[in-house]
Amino acid sequence: MVTTLLAMRISPVRVGAVIGRNVGALRSGPSYWLVLVSGFFEPLLYLLSIGVGVGALVGEVPLDADRMVPYAVFVAPAMLAVSAMSGALSETTFNFFFKMKYMKTFEAVLATPVRPMEIAFGELVWALVRGSLYTGVFLGVMVALGLAAPWWALAAFPVTILVGLAFGAAGMAISTLMRGWQDFDLLSTGQFALFLFSGTFSPVADYPGVLQVVVWATPLYQSVELVRGVVLGDLGWGLLVHAGYLVVMAVAGLVFAARRLERLLLP
Amino acid sequence: MKRFGDFTAVDGIDVSVAPGEAFGFLGPNGAGKSSTMRMIACVSMPTAGELRILGKDPAVHGSEIRARLGVCPQLDNLDPDLSVRENLTTYARYFGLSRQEARRRAEELLEFAQLTEKAASQVEPLSGGMKRRLTIARAMVNDPDLVLLDEPTTGLDPQARHLLWERLFRLKQEGKTLVLTTHYMDEAEQLCDRLVVMDGGRIVAEGSPRALIERYSTAEVVELRFGVLRPADLVGKLEGVGERVDPLPDRILVYTGDGDAAVAEVHRRGLAPSSVLVRRSSLEDVFLHLTGRRLVD
Repeated sequence: MVTTLLAMRISPVRVGAVIGRNVGALRSGPSYWLVLVSGFFEPLLYLLSIGVGVGALVGEVPLDADRMVPYAVFVAPAMLAVSAMSGALSETTFNFFFKMKYMKTFEAVLATPVRPMEIAFGELVWALVRGSLYTGVFLGVMVALGLAAPWWALAAFPVTILVGLAFGAAGMAISTLMRGWQDFDLLSTGQFALFLFSGTFSPVADYPGVLQVVVWATPLYQSVELVRGVVLGDLGWGLLVHAGYLVVMAVAGLVFAARRLERLLLP
Repeated sequence: MKRFGDFTAVDGIDVSVAPGEAFGFLGPNGAGKSSTMRMIACVSMPTAGELRILGKDPAVHGSEIRARLGVCPQLDNLDPDLSVRENLTTYARYFGLSRQEARRRAEELLEFAQLTEKAASQVEPLSGGMKRRLTIARAMVNDPDLVLLDEPTTGLDPQARHLLWERLFRLKQEGKTLVLTTHYMDEAEQLCDRLVVMDGGRIVAEGSPRALIERYSTAEVVELRFGVLRPADLVGKLEGVGERVDPLPDRILVYTGDGDAAVAEVHRRGLAPSSVLVRRSSLEDVFLHLTGRRLVD
C-alpha cells in the first residue's frame, strides 16, 4: 500500500490543505456545527431507550457459549460501532456529494496542483476526525454509565477509527455513483437495515441459518463483533478476521473512489 | 482535438501563444472555447493531437503545470462555506504556500480586488462583480505565469466590467500571459493583442483585432432604417452601394470604405431612410460575418 501511495505521488501538504478547508468551513458558521453535534445524539438516544430502557425488561443475554452480560452492556458496543459508521458516512456521502456535485468545491480544487487522490485522502481523514469526535465522547459516556472498563474503552478507540475508515472509504465510493438526492433514500434505508440486523440488538446466533450467513457478510456486523470483542475484553483470533475485512473494505473503497473521481472530475 | 463520445467539441485547432501575450478565443456559444480552455487548464485531456502548456505535457506533468496557472472559470466556484479572506488563504494552501505566506498574499489580493472591507464577509451576499473580482484574485494567489479567464465579465454591469478590465490590464502590464474567452467584442478589442475566432470547434480567423477588421470587414458601416418598409425588399435597390449589403430584420447594414459617399448614393437612388448611422467597423461586424447570425446554442 505504501508503494501504491508513492506511485500516486500523494503530497501530505496538499492532503493537509484539503483537510484545512473543512476546518475553515467549521469555523465559518454555526450551521455546520449543528450538523456535527446532531450526529452524535442518535446512537446515544438508542443506547438509553433500548439498551437501558428495554434492557431493564430483558435482563441478561448470552455473549457467547459461557458468558452472560446485561442487555445494556451487549447493546452499548454496537451503538459505538454504529456511531463510528454514521459519523464517517454522513461526511463522505451527504457532505462529499454536495461538495462534488453542487458546490463545485472539487472543481475549484482541481484547478490547483491537488490531485483527485489527494482530495479523496483529505476528505477521508476529515471524516475520521469527525467520526472520532463521536466515538471518543460515546466511549466516555459508556465508561460513565459503567458499560465499559476504562482500559478496554481506551483500547476500543483505535478500533472505532478502523471502522470509520472502512465506512468512510465505502461511503466515498458510493457517492461517486450517486445520480441525485433520490439515491440517498436508498442509502439511508440500507444503513437502517444494517443498524437493526447486525447483531446490534439481538445475538445473530438466534437468526435462521441462511440469514446468519447474509449478516456475516455485511460490514456493520463485522464492526460490531470487533468493537464488542475489544470493549468487553473478549479477545480471540476471530477479531483479526473482522479487522482484516475492514482493512480490505477501506483500501478497495478508497482506490475505487479515487478512480471514479478522476473520471468524473477530469473528463 | 476533443471528443465526448460521438460529439466533437474541438475539431483540430492549431494555436501558439507567446509569453507575455494577451490572447483571446472568440466564438458563439458551443464553438468549443470552454473545452479548449479546460484542456489548457490541464483538467481535460485532448482526445488527439499535441498539447504543450508552459513547455510541458499535461498528460504527464498536469500537477506541475497547474501549479503555475491561474484559472478563472466561467461560473464562479467560490467556496460558500468560507469567508472572502479564507477563500484566498485556503486556495493558497492548495498551492503549498505556508500559512503565513497565504495570509500575506490574501491581504495583497484583497487590496487588488478592492475587497479589503469585505474580507470577513461570507461569499453569498457579495454582488456579481465582487464575486468575479474575488475569483480573479483567487486565480492570482500562486503568482501564476499564465492566467486563464473563461468569459471573465459575462453577466456584469458596465461599471464592474470596466473595473475588471482595468485590473486585467494591470496584469498584462506586469507581463503575465493572459488567455481569455469572450463573446464581447469590445472586451476582445480592449484586452487582446491577438485572437482567434472559433466556430463549430474550428478556427475560422486569426490575427490582431485591427488586422481582423481590415481583412474581414470594411473601414465603415452604414446602418439604414426604413420605418415600416421591410429591409429584405429594399436590398435589390441597394445593390452596388458599398462592398456588401446585409439586411437584418429591422435595418440594413452597408459595408463600405466611405460611409458618407454610400449615404449620398442611397439618396441619389431616391431612397429615403428614416434614420442613417455611419460608424467605424468593429470586431462585432467581423464576428457576425464569420460565424453567421443564426442562433446555435
